Amino acid sequence: MIDLLGYGAFFLSTALIFGLIALGLNLQWGLTGLFNVGIAGFVAVGAYTSAVLTSPDAADRVGGFDWPILAGWLAASLVAGAVAAFTGYATLRLKSDYLAITTFGVAVVVQLVALNAQGLTGGPFGVAFIPRPFASVQSDPVLFNFANLGVVVAVTLAVYLALERLSRSPWGRVLRALREDERAAIALGKSAQSYRVQAFAVGGGIMGLAGAVQAHFIGFIAPDNYLPTLTFEVWAMLMVGGSGSNRGAVLGAVVVWAIWVGSGALTAAVVPGDLQARAASLQIVAIGVMLCLILLWRPQGFFGARK
Amino acid sequence: MQFLLDGLIAGASVGLGAIGVTLTYSVLRFSNFAHGDFMAWGAYAALVVVGFIGGSTPLGPFSFGLPLILALMVAMGLTSGMALALDWALFARLRARGQAIIVVMASFGASMALRSLLEFIFTSRPTYFSRSIQMAMPVGFGVKITADQVAMLVLTLCLVVGVHLMMTRTQRGREMRAYAQNPALARVVGIDVDRVVRSTWVIGASLACASGVMVGVLVQIRPLMGLSLLLPIFAAAILGGIGSVPGAVLAGVIIGLSEAAAVQFIGAEWRAAVAFVILMGVLLIRPTGLFGVTER
Repeated sequence: MIDLLGYGAFFLSTALIFGLIALGLNLQWGLTGLFNVGIAGFVAVGAYTSAVLTSPDAADRVGGFDWPILAGWLAASLVAGAVAAFTGYATLRLKSDYLAITTFGVAVVVQLVALNAQGLTGGPFGVAFIPRPFASVQSDPVLFNFANLGVVVAVTLAVYLALERLSRSPWGRVLRALREDERAAIALGKSAQSYRVQAFAVGGGIMGLAGAVQAHFIGFIAPDNYLPTLTFEVWAMLMVGGSGSNRGAVLGAVVVWAIWVGSGALTAAVVPGDLQARAASLQIVAIGVMLCLILLWRPQGFFGARK
Repeated sequence: MQFLLDGLIAGASVGLGAIGVTLTYSVLRFSNFAHGDFMAWGAYAALVVVGFIGGSTPLGPFSFGLPLILALMVAMGLTSGMALALDWALFARLRARGQAIIVVMASFGASMALRSLLEFIFTSRPTYFSRSIQMAMPVGFGVKITADQVAMLVLTLCLVVGVHLMMTRTQRGREMRAYAQNPALARVVGIDVDRVVRSTWVIGASLACASGVMVGVLVQIRPLMGLSLLLPIFAAAILGGIGSVPGAVLAGVIIGLSEAAAVQFIGAEWRAAVAFVILMGVLLIRPTGLFGVTER
């Protein structure tokens, strides 16, 4: 029972971190209509930034600044936000597809840097010994998991409330206006590009923050955590939840993550060992087909479809 | 000097892929993230057909025989069929709703599903059309070339010239260009839009298949081959100028050569970043690309 509680807390923390990424994506896509296929890249930038700044000294790479965790998180959002701002600045005055292609490229390059810039990122071995919040109670797994869940819930709630407020503010109204009728918004004297770059940067910053929270939650990061599959999962989460709704983004994340973990556990139990890699690819096929079906039949998602 | 030849050959397969992307973009108005997976599916389709036909003796100095040439043609048909089916089931329905970016997202989902389906069927282990080692012939300046490489360069040249002539000299090609330039006007003058859409998919998918088989013959076949070529292909389509077939090929070769130069002078591990650097450069300096026209 106690184990189950601890696992429940662990599961919910992981799911809510995805929810945090989905919130960032919802600001970019749901509110502003900007297509980001490089989510994994922005998450990775945040994770690595915070990891390098807060981890203890390591002989073979830059690091050991021993910053406090919160400072690391702040830096993570700022750096990821800056990368997003630059990406947006370079592409948002052009056709919307160019942003998609460029974000895809950002993810490829971030992955490449994570793998190859060994002096900064530890290369394929990643960064270990990232300080975890409440490390002092690590010996009591239940307490530790719940303390961490508390941290994740607090961050998610803070971002959620901030985004709800933002989307109702004049700023959010301009973003919606740009999405619905760009010409009318421009005619009212709003600079489309500037607002879009801002929204894209804030969304990227939230993704970076989520990456940092995840890195500190697990305590270890490696390039393999940030493959295109991550981008894809987050998209599935937002589409299931319903783009445009912050509540939908978080709920979608929990539901899709539950399906993902559940089907993973099921295949691990049912499928013999040598076929498990194959079963795992089938899992991704299923999510891909699901994403397409949602686009076809229920583009508003399943939760909180608000008009 | 060898890296120039390697770059040219890599660039040829990028260019073939970029033609498909550039046509899909100019005619159907969306960037197809599943295009790389058409390449991988084409290569695997050819592999299956070759296995079906059975073994044969290689032709002259090449590593492949008649079965592969036959398989390439069959696979081009199969890949086109797959692209048309995907368009019917997914893209056409979303296009009808008029939100272009939703179609891009659907192609992203489809790409993930297609790629993982290949991993499911064939596992992620690389495979080959032939395991024989080819002797490289010196052609001067310290450059060596294998018979397969010559064959693939000739194949690329034929395909590119063929598509270019088709686009510029035939009625179908004129219809495609007309529709790309002004869809409403094209409809008014009675151009069969469905036929234009079909031709676009068939040309794009066939070239993607040829490109995938090329990579398969010269390097290896694996489910992720399309994904790793996707960024160079997009970069080539944009550098060449959206809608321009010769531009896509030329840009593909430029990107292939730059990648080879990066491998030679910087390090092989940074190869994949080259396409991104070129892409960013084009978007910042000349977003219309080399041969593109400004659209309104």
